[in-house]
Formats: sequence, structure tokens, C-alpha cells
Amino acid sequence: MIYKKVNSVQEALEGIENGMTLMLGGFGLCGIPENSIAELVKKETKNLTCISNNAGVDDFGLGLLLQKHQIKKMISSYVGENAEFERQMLTGELEVELIPQGTLAERCRAAQTGIPAFFTPASFGTEVAIGKETREFNGKMHVMELAFKADFAIVKAWKGDTAGNLIFKGTARNFNPCMAGAAKITIAEVEELVESGTLDPNQIHTPGIFVQRIFQGEKYEKRIEKRTVRKIN
Amino acid sequence: MLTKEDIAKRIAQEVKDKYFVNLGIGIPTLVANYIPKGIEVEFQSENGVLGMGPFPFEGEEDADLINAGKQTITTLEGASFFDSATSFGMIRGQHVDLTILGAMEVSENGDIANWKIPEKMVKGMGGAMDLVASAENIIVAMMHVNKAGESKILKKCTLPLTGVGCVKKVVTELAVLEVTPKGFKLLERAPGVSVEHIIASTEADLIIEGEIPEMIID
Repeated sequence: MIYKKVNSVQEALEGIENGMTLMLGGFGLCGIPENSIAELVKKETKNLTCISNNAGVDDFGLGLLLQKHQIKKMISSYVGENAEFERQMLTGELEVELIPQGTLAERCRAAQTGIPAFFTPASFGTEVAIGKETREFNGKMHVMELAFKADFAIVKAWKGDTAGNLIFKGTARNFNPCMAGAAKITIAEVEELVESGTLDPNQIHTPGIFVQRIFQGEKYEKRIEKRTVRKIN
Repeated sequence: MLTKEDIAKRIAQEVKDKYFVNLGIGIPTLVANYIPKGIEVEFQSENGVLGMGPFPFEGEEDADLINAGKQTITTLEGASFFDSATSFGMIRGQHVDLTILGAMEVSENGDIANWKIPEKMVKGMGGAMDLVASAENIIVAMMHVNKAGESKILKKCTLPLTGVGCVKKVVTELAVLEVTPKGFKLLERAPGVSVEHIIASTEADLIIEGEIPEMIID
């Protein structure tokens, strides 16, 4: 067993420097690496390029990094919940690349699995496809998309072990398994970290080979973005 | 004229037994409330769940369990979770039978625009571009005209496109339209709405053959 546990979030994020490209897991505020984001705010790392499906909300998730102007460029599919984001984008302070959600996921998986590029029908005929190679397969037009290149991937799991094996819960899984192993170094923060040999190998979602550093987050707020309930009759 | 709930009820009639269905945000989400009795349907939410159930009761919300609109949800018996790449694999691989989504504009060749208003609104496409490029069967739920009374059913979309030549059917507060190789065909009109009213509210040309029946909404 190769031991991946680090003792603190500070140790986990060592080597993240100004100007780097980070992948961050999560969909909305669900399954985001909130301890790592808080530490990035403290570290004041700047000029970051962030690959993440969303940009958080004004005061949580990646919104915290946006408020401090630590992000130079966002690559996302949907950024609708963040007023500060919209302001920075419209004034040109923030560079934004919006791409289809499935393309975002697949560009992560391609990076993880050694596929340099792939063709997808998504975005053909739209402004997103401008400048990209297109090709017809089986009578349908497709757009070529490239694997991402990132310095660090930061993912969040429910449980993990010291070998870096990960188990996710519910829809907090989302982009996390696609990003693990898709960057030069992958950092996993987990709600519960156990010794290797404790988790059932049959139940592992992300094998430890994709994770270089793992730590247990100090606390999880797990904020709900849109609390929606049904009335009892 | 139909309410949003009525539009959802009419679209629910298009959902067939054994369908896997992806519902977009807004009116499409309401369709789940009106699925015909006696059929088996599973809802897919592209953030990574199949077998999505209704909203939770108060106190039972789980931060780790949301739909693509970021709302708290529950799951039904037989549900499963998966990652985003697998989720869009289901969508591009055409394992999802029906996609229902909203739109700002639809054109007579089946183009759809629903993700951006240049210099006014830039929220992003989310999964919409993957869904419309991949799905065989796409139904759009939308309002026929905007607040200024201008038609959103057009000869050609004016907003940045989400997908080209993909929409099969449109249900609005006024009508049910089918996208045919020759353009929009008027299939049904809302109760009490005349064919003339629909023509006047539609910028695109309409193919009108014989008597146009009224929609049946229970």
C-alpha cells in the first residue's frame, strides 16, 4: 500500500502557486472541496485558472476566491448563481470560457485516461464550436474537443482511506471521479478518512492510483443552494 | 390560454411507458407531477441520478442529494448515482428517450436558443447543448410570445444557438407545434384560442391542415 495521507490542508495544497490551473470538483455547492477552497483564500494564491462546472455563489464555494480576485480565468458550464462573477465578467476583469457540461466532464475524463482529444455532437453549429475542428460521423456532425491540462485537481469525497481510495455519496459524486487523476497532482479531501484495508474494495468508486494526497476536512458546512421541500398533504 | 401547469400537463401526455426522461429547469420540472397513471418512467438528472423522486419533506433535505436545478430531491426505489462523464455518456449515447427543456427562441428548422442574451444575460449552457445535440426526441416547453408580445416562434433564431435542427415538438400557452422538414405544423390549439390568434402570435409560417383540434387538458 502506498501511503497518501497528509496531516493538514496546508500540507495537501503545498506547491499550488500563482498562475496555475486547478480542477475543482462539485456541482453547484454539492460535493465541492470546501476546506481546500477556504485554504486557497488564506494562501492568497492569485491568477488561477479554475476548471469547475460552476463558480459557487457570492459567499461560498469558488465565489470566495472570486471575491478576492484570485481567479484570472474560469472554465465552466453554468455560472448563473453568482452576481460578483457576472460583474467581473462584464467588466472584463475575469476571463470566462463557457463549455457544455458533458464536454467539460469528458475533457476531464480524457485527461484522466490518456485520450488527447475526442469528438462530440454537443455545440455543433453554435458559437462554442467556432475555430474547432468538425467532422461527420454516421451522418452527424461532431466537434473536436481536447483533454484538459491542469496542475492540480482538488476533489471531495464522502469517505476515503490512506491509500487514496474514494467513495462518494449521492449526487455529490458529480465531477469528482472525472477530475481525480486528470491533473499532474490530485488532492482529495474527505469527510471521513480511514486506514487502508477498512473500506470494502468492491465499493470503491475512485481507485487510489488517481489520488496523490488525501486528508480529512476539518469541518463541512455542506450548504444547500436551493432548499426545496414538499408539503405534507 | 394555458397556464404553466397546463403546459406541463399537455407535455406529460407525450411521456410513454418505459421512458427515461430528462427534465430541464422551469416548466419541464413540473411535468413530473402529471405523468399518466399506470406507466413506468424514470427521471434522469444530468448531475448524476437516475430514479429521481419528489422534493423531500421539511427536515429531510440532504445537501448531497440535488437535481440539475440545485434543488433538494429524493430518490425512488431502484435509483442510482453516477459521475458526470457517465451521465453525459447516457445522454450522448441516446439511452435517454425524451428530453424536455425550456427555450427563449425556437426556429422553424428546429434550432433552439436558450443559454445567452449577448451583453445582458450570460449564465451558461449547462447540459443543454449536450442534451439537444444528442437526444432523438426533444420537446420544448415555452411561452409563445415574450412580455412585449413578440413571437418567440421564429423563422430564424436571433439569439446565440444552443443546438441546430434538433427540436421535434413545441408546447406553448397557445399551441402544440410539430417541427417538420417544411416548417412548423400546427397540431393543436389551447382551449378557447383561435387559429387566427395563433397565426398572429407566430412570426414563423405555420402549416395548417384541416380543422385544428383543441388540446385536451384534464
